[in-house]
Amino acid sequence: MSRSWRLSLFAMFFAAAITAARASQDPIAALTADDLSQGKRLYVGHCALCHGIEGTGGRGPALNQPALRRGKDNWALYGVIKNGVEGTEMPGAWQMTEREVWRVAGYVRSLGRVETAALTGDAGRGRELYRAKGCAGCHIVRGAGGASGPELTEIGARRSAAYLREALIDPAASVPEKFLTVSVTTRAGRSLRGVRVNEDSFTVQLRDDNDRFHSFRKSELKDLKKEFGVSTMPSYKTLAAAELDDLVAYLASLGGAK
Amino acid sequence: MKTNINVLLGEVHSPQRRRERRGYAESHPRGLAGSSSAFPQCTPRLCGEREFYKLFLFAVFCLSIATLAPAQVPYKRIADANAEPGNWLTYSGDYQSHRFSRLAQITPANAGRLKTAWVYQFKQPGRQETSPVVVDGVMYVSESPTIVTALDAHTGRTLWSWRRNISRFVKTIGFGQSNRGVAILDDTVYVGTLDCSLVALDAKTGAVKWETKVEDNATGHAITAAPLAIDGKIIVGIAGGETGIRGFLDAYDAKTGKLAWRCWTIPGPGEPGRETWGGDSWKTGAGATWLTGSYDPELNLLYWGTGNPGPDWNGDVRPGDNLYTCSLLAIDAATGKMKWHFQFTPHDVHDWDANQIPVLIDANWQGRPRKLVAMANRNAFYYLLDRVTGEFLLGESYAKQTWAKGLDAKGRPIVLPNTEPTVEGNLVWPSLQGATNWHSPSYSPLTKMFYVAAREMGAYYYKGEAEYKPGTFFAGGGERALEGDKAYGAVRALDAATGKMKWEFRLQSPPWAGVLATAGGVVFGGSNEGNFFALDALTGKPLWDFQTGGYITANPISFLIDGKQHVAIAAGQALFVFGLS
Repeated sequence: MSRSWRLSLFAMFFAAAITAARASQDPIAALTADDLSQGKRLYVGHCALCHGIEGTGGRGPALNQPALRRGKDNWALYGVIKNGVEGTEMPGAWQMTEREVWRVAGYVRSLGRVETAALTGDAGRGRELYRAKGCAGCHIVRGAGGASGPELTEIGARRSAAYLREALIDPAASVPEKFLTVSVTTRAGRSLRGVRVNEDSFTVQLRDDNDRFHSFRKSELKDLKKEFGVSTMPSYKTLAAAELDDLVAYLASLGGAK
Repeated sequence: MKTNINVLLGEVHSPQRRRERRGYAESHPRGLAGSSSAFPQCTPRLCGEREFYKLFLFAVFCLSIATLAPAQVPYKRIADANAEPGNWLTYSGDYQSHRFSRLAQITPANAGRLKTAWVYQFKQPGRQETSPVVVDGVMYVSESPTIVTALDAHTGRTLWSWRRNISRFVKTIGFGQSNRGVAILDDTVYVGTLDCSLVALDAKTGAVKWETKVEDNATGHAITAAPLAIDGKIIVGIAGGETGIRGFLDAYDAKTGKLAWRCWTIPGPGEPGRETWGGDSWKTGAGATWLTGSYDPELNLLYWGTGNPGPDWNGDVRPGDNLYTCSLLAIDAATGKMKWHFQFTPHDVHDWDANQIPVLIDANWQGRPRKLVAMANRNAFYYLLDRVTGEFLLGESYAKQTWAKGLDAKGRPIVLPNTEPTVEGNLVWPSLQGATNWHSPSYSPLTKMFYVAAREMGAYYYKGEAEYKPGTFFAGGGERALEGDKAYGAVRALDAATGKMKWEFRLQSPPWAGVLATAGGVVFGGSNEGNFFALDALTGKPLWDFQTGGYITANPISFLIDGKQHVAIAAGQALFVFGLS
């Protein structure tokens, strides 16, 4: 047997041994009822704001499911809690000890035993509705669409269905931080309203409804109004209940690259 | 030949240095003409033309080196730093830590004409928090993780660079991989390393003269602060407050690197203050000394702030006041003995280290001249103490705080109930990063104002488990800060005698950049969004701003290039130098 073959075999055995060892020492399996109770307290303090008290989701995805997209096994779940998810709003729990992270992970797994109601809408019809209502004018899905609203390519993986429904009915209820509406009036009397794309202590940059950028020095502005709690998106509460279900089902199906 | 050049350097160097010290440094051509009398006299009539030409070239060579050559910086020059505002001889500009430039060329009237003179790109990407030192035309700048570079202050070109081989496994638990600056004394540049050694470099070449291990990095000890050079000693503080170290401040012999004294910030058995720690909790009591302190040569006292107790957010395991954490210490520079202490936040549970810069002010207090020390503390109070005795004179909040009803007659906070961290999280102002942090304040003896870059940010504080394992995160909780538009920052001018705010200039987000006031009536500052700016020192009105394109987490300095005032700031991955166009 050549040396490289022997090395490969050794590596394979080594990897298999580690996997076996990990499986036999699943820290979640070893958690006590007291650990899970501690995990719930930690979860309520650190996680519930985005994922919901019972893991029903919200700003963050629902966690009350038997299978979690980013937590395929317990070690992956541990990693997500400890280190967060890069490029998303999910922060890492740097302040927790290893044991505390396992307690939270255990509590999250316990939520998955609750069966969740399936979505009743039809994603295909929802997709048609998305097109017919002109949603793409402001939102990007897989590279196509306007930019004055948040991109939705992965929205189904990031937000719960309940959250998406709420956002359609009352868009102002949770305007993403990066989509603050700002109204400016220059000293010369010019007025403009748009979404803030950037700001520093001396300047502000806006994107108008036509996706054009505008930059102002604050010293040139007579008025700079930040419209917290205001969304430029219209409410879709006038949609029929079945249409709303369809649209939610379509948005919930947008999971991005798996 | 080498000896001859050195002799000549010595001869020509002194007049040049004297000019710089007076703030009248001249440009290269004028410098050459002005210094010619220092050389052996030789004219075409006395020497052959060819010899004259050779000698002339030699003189030009020597002088061109001399103009840049690192000067001797004896202790007396640093003690008298305010007499030579053309240089910046120590971390905070002077031993009083005023970070105030006596240069007055840049004024509110002309600050709008500031332009970039040069830009130096740091050698390695990282968190750049440096505050350079400038001596006689050479700028010594430290870079992340531990690099020291000597730059030609005229052009930003590198003269030499020294790099510490930092392991990628280096422990920097609770802080970034930064280095905030160097100290210079005589012919030597001193730097603390991220892996916790003190290194002495030849100021002319960057060659290592000696190296002393301060502590073991494996236990979480590290050095990020600039050392402080005093007469014959180098004072070194350490980081590691999130790994349960036992804090200390060290003094090393400047010539040999031998430890002169160590002052523990956490009292051991039998020492006063030990009773403020329940059980054995003092052993992991932290109290790090991770920022450069101040020095009063007349009293021969060092003033040094100490950090949080360990573990940070779970105070249950360390009942008591936890001396001498979150305190200002006055330490005898000769012996390392503590003369007095003042604890700002007894039994801290919010990680409000008191490592901020202690600013020494000589002023009238209630009708008589007093030696004072002022600190804008991370806990959101501005304090004024007598620096001879440590007596508390005044305390006033300068930023939003929701944890104390106020301070009692002795300066002890009257802590409000339900402000401790909890498992579920408890919202308190300021955030753990404090109402200010390591970024420097500035004091102007002209306006009598104390300028501070303040952070208006609250945080949910969490209490968690605290299990000590050497060299690991020992914090017992943490925080989730209110971010985005829920937080902001400001440069604030406080009346140094009362702590009352005179003006503020609002910033987009809580800053990490220090401020510099100047005799020209300008205050310089920076923002997280990359703005470097000038404000009117009397009114706070913005005068000028420049978008550097990088996060500013550094302190500004000012110095002369060819007799003209310049200002330097590190931003992003570069050092910017500005002067009037």
